Amino acid sequence: MIAEALFFSAVLFTIGVVGVLTRRNAIIIFMCVELMLNAVNLSFIALSRLHGSANGQVFVLFVMTIAAAEAAVGLAIIISIFRHHKSVDLRNINLLKG
Amino acid sequence: MLQDLAAAGTHPLADTAARYVGLLPLLPLAGFLVNGALSLIPAYKAGPADPSAAEHGHDDATHAADAHAVAHADEHGAVGHGAVGDDHHETARHKYAGIASVVGPLVLALSFGLAVMIWLAMAGVGDMHTPYVQTFFDWMVTGDLKISWAFQLDQLSMIMVLVITGVGTLIHIFSIGYMRDDPGYPRFFAYLNLFVAFMLVLVLGANYPVLFVGWEGVGLCSYLLIGFWFSEKANADAGKKAFIVNRIGDFGFLIATFLLFANLGTLDFTGVAATASTLGYNSALVTTICLFFFLGCAGKSAQLPLYVWLPDAMAGPTPVSALIHAATMVTAGVYLIARSGVLFAMSPTACITVAVVGTITALFAATIGLKQWDIKKVLAYSTISQLGYMFMGVGAGAYAAGMFHLITHAFFKALLFLGSGSVIFAMHRAYHHTGSHEDAQDMRNMGGLKKYMPVTFVLMWIATLAIAGVPPFSGFFSKDGILGAVFARAQHGALADATWLGMPGSTVLYVLYGLGLLTAFLTAIYMTRMMLYTFHGPNRTGDAAQAHLAEAPWSMTGPLVVLGVLSAAGGWLNLPAALPLGPIGVLEKWLEPVVGAATTAVAGTAGEEMMSTEYALIVVAVAIALIGIVVAVVRLKPAVVVLKRDAVPTHGFEQVLEEKYYVDEIYDDAIVKPLVSGSRNILWAGIDRGIIDSLFVNGSAVLARGFGWVGSQLQSGETGAYAWAIAIGALAVLGAFTFR
Repeated sequence: MIAEALFFSAVLFTIGVVGVLTRRNAIIIFMCVELMLNAVNLSFIALSRLHGSANGQVFVLFVMTIAAAEAAVGLAIIISIFRHHKSVDLRNINLLKG
Repeated sequence: MLQDLAAAGTHPLADTAARYVGLLPLLPLAGFLVNGALSLIPAYKAGPADPSAAEHGHDDATHAADAHAVAHADEHGAVGHGAVGDDHHETARHKYAGIASVVGPLVLALSFGLAVMIWLAMAGVGDMHTPYVQTFFDWMVTGDLKISWAFQLDQLSMIMVLVITGVGTLIHIFSIGYMRDDPGYPRFFAYLNLFVAFMLVLVLGANYPVLFVGWEGVGLCSYLLIGFWFSEKANADAGKKAFIVNRIGDFGFLIATFLLFANLGTLDFTGVAATASTLGYNSALVTTICLFFFLGCAGKSAQLPLYVWLPDAMAGPTPVSALIHAATMVTAGVYLIARSGVLFAMSPTACITVAVVGTITALFAATIGLKQWDIKKVLAYSTISQLGYMFMGVGAGAYAAGMFHLITHAFFKALLFLGSGSVIFAMHRAYHHTGSHEDAQDMRNMGGLKKYMPVTFVLMWIATLAIAGVPPFSGFFSKDGILGAVFARAQHGALADATWLGMPGSTVLYVLYGLGLLTAFLTAIYMTRMMLYTFHGPNRTGDAAQAHLAEAPWSMTGPLVVLGVLSAAGGWLNLPAALPLGPIGVLEKWLEPVVGAATTAVAGTAGEEMMSTEYALIVVAVAIALIGIVVAVVRLKPAVVVLKRDAVPTHGFEQVLEEKYYVDEIYDDAIVKPLVSGSRNILWAGIDRGIIDSLFVNGSAVLARGFGWVGSQLQSGETGAYAWAIAIGALAVLGAFTFR
């Protein structure tokens, strides 16, 4: 049971990472980051059950809270970028260049 | 002995004037502070006693001091005059010259008075076998090293203190007249006072580090006073030369001190004396220590091969030559060897080396003195030669004889230098009146001065007879003491039985005795030559200047008279047993508690040589001195000497002597030039500019810029690239943990 849950979590996380690395659309990358967060949440829950401890579940609640806040801020930034560039393609956005 | 010292409170000198021993150097130091403060006031006014002030247009009292000096220096330089030498440059009297004239000599006189009181107390105690050590504070305490700032009074340091303060006082008084029209008058007295303070620290120090403080301090003052007229480059260079050559010697002194501490664990004179025997008789270690100490002495006391600075040191004012470069500082090396007698007595090899170097120096310098024309150069080489005699004496383990010659030499050489100062003063005044730019120090420009300067003439003849070794003047007794001691050591004792570089010590010492006699012969010749050319024959100063030649004021001739009496009668300090004209061997008995053990260790306890031998030695020495004088009088013709400006170059060996064996040139080519070009081409151009500047300084900047460029290329601004970097980095870290 635990092995399947962790395997599923790893698959989800990898899909998230590959999405972040390969896609150019900011919204999609953002969604992939959410995917990674939830993959971690899944492994937290699974391990919490394995160890019979509530700590993991408490962490999940925190992660969900932070993720919600992050989603709000992140989407706001993406909207503001879109207003400025008329695009959310990250290839066009390299203002942090050294 | 050490236990006695620990209870210093019970020392017989503890409740006498000796408890004020700390004041001895403090008094001149106070004089230095006062005069030094005065010298900071750059206030000049034209000297009222100097009629030429108006003549040269220097009567403007508000003339800026330095502008004045530069203008005058240019004027001198334009006619190529006074390139090196004791020539008065500007004549302007310092506003506070009066205060300096009182303070400068007064502190010395007070110091001398205190020294006499301490000496009386010491004489009252009678046989004093432990030195009186007064500790002021702990100076360096770290680990096993414990050095306190302590002064040591014993018979040896007492003698030195009396000579330094006594002769020093006379020379200070002479300087009042000699330097009065120099704008740097208070500065001169400040340096002179500081010198005496350091010299007293040197002879009073109770351990090697305190002695070394004085040793370096007198070197500093010597440098400052040689370059006293530093606006001329030659004078400044002479000061630097003295300082740098002395550094070589000081290196030897320090190494010897370190070796002593490493092997004995103490640097106090009393401690070294108590533990020296653990070094082992004639061991390589004790010989090394002694030879390193002797290297220091060779620098300070101008012995081969480090003597080259002393002739150049004559660029300083003449009282400086008398005080520092004849009477006191240059004898510090002799004092050091007498002080370390217990070490030298353990190493016959080192003893014979000292005697050999001293003898060769004495002969070498005497031959150069034969052909010098500058009156002060003759005296400079004569000083080197006489210092060589002293080293011959202390090297042969005749510490009392060496110290005796040190004392009499202080008298007659100070007299000779001050007398020559008096002559130069008169010559310069005469040339100054007539606006001439001839060399006031060249004997070819003098001649016949006895008519104009009778007092100086008589006194300088006394000193000349003394240095030549004619009885009953002081130099005869001291020189005879040294030669007699060398002869006696050649017959029996530790040195005669030792071998030196494979030669039997006895043979070496007989050769040294012969060379010593030859040097005495040359001494008589060159000193008589100096007197003949200066005071006898026709006057060559020039008709106009001749009228202005006159004796110096009494403030200058007064000290000369005192020194004349001392030069004449100084021999009675230590009469040999063969000539019982009074109490015999006073100085030898006085110094017995300090150097007696060392002397016995070298000489052995066997009796002195036969009285008849001693008489024969005396007769030979006197005959040689008299023959030298006669030869000089017969051979030299003051009447046919030509002026310096008309002189024709000499040839052959004469030229080699006149050019001082080209030693300066050889040192220049062999050491100075390779050092300078090596420093410039390898150290400066190669290492400093090439490696440090290019590679380290600029190289590190280039490297930092390169890293910065690489970093800025990585920062593309592409979020995708950052994400890749983060992912790969995270995988690498995880991988490292997983496959550890």
